[in-house]
Amino acid sequence: MAKMTMVQALNLALQQEMEKDDSIILLGEDVGVDGGVFRVTEGLIDQFGDQRVLDTPLAESAIVGMSIGMAAHGLKPICEIQFSGFAYQNFHQIENHAARLRWRSRGRYNVPMVLRTPYGGGVRALEHHSESREAFWAHIPGLKMVIPSGPRNARALLVSAIRDPDPVIFYESKAIYRAFREEVPEQEEALPIGEPQLALTGKDLTMISYGAMMRPTLEAASVLKEKEGVEAEVIDLLTISPLKEEILVESVKKTGRAMVIHEAPRSFGPGAEIIARLMEKAFFYLEVPIERVTGYDVVIPLFSREKAYLPDVQRIVRSAGKILAR
Amino acid sequence: MPRKKIQIPESIEYLSILDEKGELDKKLDPNISDDILLKLYRTMVLARKFDERLISLQRQGRIGTFPPTTGQEAAHLGSVAALRRRDWMVPAFRETAAEIWRGRTLESVIIYNNGFSEGVDIPADRNDFPISVPVGSQVLHAVGLGWAAKYRQTDDVAMTFFGDGATSEGDFHEGMNFAAVFQVPVIFVCQNNHWAISLPLSRQTRSKTLAQKALAYGMPGLQVDGNDILAVYAAAREAVERARAGGGPTLIECVTYRLMMHTTADDPSRYRSEEDVAIWQKRDPLPRFQKYLLDKKLLSEKKIAELESDVLQEIQDAVGRAEAQMKALGDPLDMFEYTYADMPSYLKEQKDAFAREYAELNRERNHG
Repeated sequence: MAKMTMVQALNLALQQEMEKDDSIILLGEDVGVDGGVFRVTEGLIDQFGDQRVLDTPLAESAIVGMSIGMAAHGLKPICEIQFSGFAYQNFHQIENHAARLRWRSRGRYNVPMVLRTPYGGGVRALEHHSESREAFWAHIPGLKMVIPSGPRNARALLVSAIRDPDPVIFYESKAIYRAFREEVPEQEEALPIGEPQLALTGKDLTMISYGAMMRPTLEAASVLKEKEGVEAEVIDLLTISPLKEEILVESVKKTGRAMVIHEAPRSFGPGAEIIARLMEKAFFYLEVPIERVTGYDVVIPLFSREKAYLPDVQRIVRSAGKILAR
Repeated sequence: MPRKKIQIPESIEYLSILDEKGELDKKLDPNISDDILLKLYRTMVLARKFDERLISLQRQGRIGTFPPTTGQEAAHLGSVAALRRRDWMVPAFRETAAEIWRGRTLESVIIYNNGFSEGVDIPADRNDFPISVPVGSQVLHAVGLGWAAKYRQTDDVAMTFFGDGATSEGDFHEGMNFAAVFQVPVIFVCQNNHWAISLPLSRQTRSKTLAQKALAYGMPGLQVDGNDILAVYAAAREAVERARAGGGPTLIECVTYRLMMHTTADDPSRYRSEEDVAIWQKRDPLPRFQKYLLDKKLLSEKKIAELESDVLQEIQDAVGRAEAQMKALGDPLDMFEYTYADMPSYLKEQKDAFAREYAELNRERNHG
């Protein structure tokens, strides 16, 4: 075990998987010599050479389109889109081809590729560097959308994403890239995609979140415990799509109260689908309407105002207070 | 010196071997073997007659909208004829003759164009992609396939098709650029048929040729008479050989013409004149190839007639097989297949709920 940041943990996953499987190819802008602008691919070009760690010209659609061809040939490309705000330039390649080549070829070809990309606010970045648009990807049939919340699960989920026979969008929160360290085992560890995890057990309130919002959510849960004696159950989705609701439904049946926390804009965000599933499967167990603490339906502001946009502990605690009071 | 000239290649080669009157430039004859020549001719006739039959099926409501190929057979057929079986073909959607050459069955084309995905038919011994509708997007897949073929140290090549309209798309330019930078074994075949639905070539580019775009990316490019199957084949063979030997990508612009509508839902009289079409009808790839084969004594009037009736019978049989097969393809549950390797639990739930509801709706309809 070693204490690692998420950047180091992701690097470990890439390095260990690449050692085992020569069909894994990294490609993207600045992923080679520079080691990626966040250093996630640092050192990999030295170990594996420039045929397995490919510095590409600057064109997101080509990075993804080329990955699709590589994947159909039997390789396992892992492409990095430098910021998720640039991934709209390759959106059509994911929607039209990556996510449906299996369908379009009636199973002859599949696309075992991973698209890694940093997302989210909180690091005082430039415009187009702070969005949280997981709902776009989660809406696409045939695609998987994964968002880890810390170093250990990031490493274990990336391993599964690489091995997955379907295309996976892998969002990495910039806000937690280097924010904290966790023990990450040296030996191989994989977490299944599509399995939300219980981050905290409780009986009074279900809090559902993922990615960077897991930290303020867990902190809010401990504030609620200390100040109000409320025992919140916290669920870390880890996979946005395919969304598996069983654990959420079971939790709400127990607590009767639920809230969803995400930094993505509210309307048509992941919270909307989560709540719809809970209405379908746990409606009669609900004591009060489900609460959402989310980003607003606006362009995420430039960094001097982004704190006001992002859900934080205080907002989460206040919303929890509202539903607990009823 | 504040201003100076930087030398870049400033000419593009144009290749024509068999002109529109059927006159042959003997020095340039690619000397294709007799059996391949006859197979190409048969495929061209088959594709042409099949196109006519498909239009009539569409007009009768027996299939849906589809993009006819007539007039462009030499451009795509001559290109794929230079491929080996295991090479990769990444089509756009107007390469029916090439698909037939690669082994796609006629009935699969009918079934697909009648709205059943079962009509996607990639022959087991071919590494071909299904047709791609979003214009130009498939070009990038060929680059990835070529890169992978090279990485795996095979000498396979990838050939991708697209039209003149696609050269306005970013994916075309990105694909050309990546292919040249990585020196991948990819042949870019542009079927310049002069029309992107209603827009003429002059609305896609100010460039004198499309082939010259290759020069900007640092790869060989040439323009060929796309209605001359010998020229197309010669150009494709040269490009394929170069790619196979590690010489990187090539752009081939096949100058051809879309004699029919964009798709059967399109009415070309809204945007182009009969006179324009008539000029190109005289440049039809089929009669000149027929004349070449007659001159070579590989064909006779009798053989031509026999072959035509043989081809018509083959099409008739395929229509019969397709219509018989489609009777068994009603099950809408098929739409749930091939979405993921393993169906997620919520999708299984949707599928089961749909199956129950569909059965109930059918019962209601039958008793109502």
